[in-house]
Amino acid sequence: MADKPLTMAEKVWREHVVVPGEEKGGQRTPDLLYIDLHLVHEVTSPQAFEGLRLADRPVRRPDLTIATEDHNTPTLEIDKPIADPISRKQVDTLRANAEEFGIRLHSLGDDDQGIVHVVGPQLGLTQPGMTVVCGDSHTSTHGAFGALAMGIGTSEVEHVLATQTLSLKPFKTMAITVEGTLKPGVSSKDIILAVIAKIGTGGGQGYVLEYRGSAIEQLSMDARMTICNMSIEAGARAGMIAPDETTFDYIKGRPHAPQGADWDAAVENWRALRTDAGAEFDAEVVIDADALEPFVTWGTNPGQGVSLSDTVPAPEDFDDPVDRESAERALKYMDLAPGTPMRDIRVDTVFLGSCTNSRMEDLRAAAGIIRGREKDPQVRMIVVPGSQRVRLQAEAEGLDQVFKEFGAEWRFAGCSMCLGMNPDQLQPGERCASTSNRNFEGRQGKGGRTHLVSPVVAAATAVRGTLSAPSDVLSTEPQPA
Amino acid sequence: MEPIIRHTGVGVPLRASNVDTDQIIPAVYLKRITRTGFEDALFSSWRKDPEFVLNQPAYAQGTVLVAGPDFGTGSSREHAVWALKDYGFRVVVASRFADIFRGNSGKQGLVTAQVAQPDVELIWKELEKEPGAEVQVDLEARTVRCGSVEASFEIDDYTRWRLMEGLDDISLTLTRAEDIEQFEATRPEWKPKTLPARI
Ligand code: SF4
Repeated sequence: MADKPLTMAEKVWREHVVVPGEEKGGQRTPDLLYIDLHLVHEVTSPQAFEGLRLADRPVRRPDLTIATEDHNTPTLEIDKPIADPISRKQVDTLRANAEEFGIRLHSLGDDDQGIVHVVGPQLGLTQPGMTVVCGDSHTSTHGAFGALAMGIGTSEVEHVLATQTLSLKPFKTMAITVEGTLKPGVSSKDIILAVIAKIGTGGGQGYVLEYRGSAIEQLSMDARMTICNMSIEAGARAGMIAPDETTFDYIKGRPHAPQGADWDAAVENWRALRTDAGAEFDAEVVIDADALEPFVTWGTNPGQGVSLSDTVPAPEDFDDPVDRESAERALKYMDLAPGTPMRDIRVDTVFLGSCTNSRMEDLRAAAGIIRGREKDPQVRMIVVPGSQRVRLQAEAEGLDQVFKEFGAEWRFAGCSMCLGMNPDQLQPGERCASTSNRNFEGRQGKGGRTHLVSPVVAAATAVRGTLSAPSDVLSTEPQPA
Repeated sequence: MEPIIRHTGVGVPLRASNVDTDQIIPAVYLKRITRTGFEDALFSSWRKDPEFVLNQPAYAQGTVLVAGPDFGTGSSREHAVWALKDYGFRVVVASRFADIFRGNSGKQGLVTAQVAQPDVELIWKELEKEPGAEVQVDLEARTVRCGSVEASFEIDDYTRWRLMEGLDDISLTLTRAEDIEQFEATRPEWKPKTLPARI
């Protein structure tokens, strides 16, 4: 019998089954899967380590585990003790646990510290065909390499630390095909915001998404990570993109990339991961890249978005009563009137950062818009590189100067205003154009209002003070510096 | 996780239905970084009331909680089970449990004995008539006994087996340690390792 054609996700899954599930009472018990890489940070790990201590268990594979400090860390004065006692305690606890269990940790101040999802790929630890987990929902980022990458809870973190495996229920597959070419000023963030607006925040539930098509193939790794990062905002278990030459070029030469003969063996394996011709997906969605415009959210979930050239919708525009009610609530929270052109919305703050958009390409693109221009004097702009390496590289390219001359604040690496666990928070009622991934009520600070945007839209917005497309800014000449 | 086959301890009558996880442990305690020491958090708002059952010396050392129907509804927080266990409870008796709470309990070694409501009422009466009376729980025979009352309880075979063997999720997986080792032996050499660190 010929082998059934498989999707990439199914291939990666199949290669990692340690103990297959069994049929029991008409139901299938979960498969036990091997985990290739476990990323750890300070928020979801303390109780997992304590669980190990209580049961007197070691970490099975410290050599497949790596930790970094990111969620709580300050982005200013990083040489001083962390002011907030809870934040400090979480960070101190991670340091003690890493020491006790022999886990590699990149602490605040270390050149490899940064947001866990920026650090893994940057070190070359994220590779195609791997299973990657982390106690954080945006672990889906690593799927950009053709890895099966999933967020897990604290008790699962403990399970992986102790056994390097995880019991996982089977998933469904969804193909998201994006064909065409993006217009200038339109980026991968706009693709994923459009996908979520199309399928809804629950549309991916139970699925592993595979992004494919000519528009995806043209994207850099940084841009692909932005897309996979937000798979979770569509409710999906993971998102993946097939590895190709772009992927291999990115990995080659990184600290943990395979070398010599290993490299050839690895690439051969990676090439075979692609979804087989004739493999069937449980669902399919098609997006036309040529038609996409810069996208922006108006509401309080990432699915509540429109093109920048649109207006704020009215609750009556939604047929579904649940959508209507949630639009009504969102508009009230966001203090927006239906019919307002998105471009007329004034913001107080622009945040360029988070594991969605804080890599070199994001910083370069934003800097390209603001270079030689002036910031709207009423807008505060904060730039937080995803990792210290990104910060150092940006400084080597002089981007820090571009941001500073523009009037933006240039910070140290971390999650920062993405979730406001550190001092970087919005004030009640403050409105923010943010390159992060969640616009939930209070996410960036109690009472704060978030509009999710791409890095170039964030930059253009900082110039004009209202939500703006890059083209709004590029039509004016930069001032001679 | 300690195996539990038979347990005898002071019974605590909690005459309340729909005890949700917010009542078992309020959200403010979720910021803690520990896995133990949640005994003070258990029913913390109710315990401010001097009349609350756990504030009565006869019941303070209780290990078997006898509650009203729909125990453990609300959020999926595992902390609810930790708080009950940290306080010293080994068994909760009720006529109905929330699914997720029951699942979490089974994994953490807390017995949830589902007893018919008329039997719960009889046990309550016994415990109130004689505060500090003991309840005997037999997982093997699936029975609860208190004074003159004897009731059988329901628990699924799989959870019962795990409790009697003292197997948490991790112990269960570790019974497959050989499979894991065999799998590890087949992993390609070039798969990345975090140690030694290469920078
Ligand atoms: S940047 Fe935001 S989304 Fe990403 S890991 Fe940090 S808190 Fe989570």
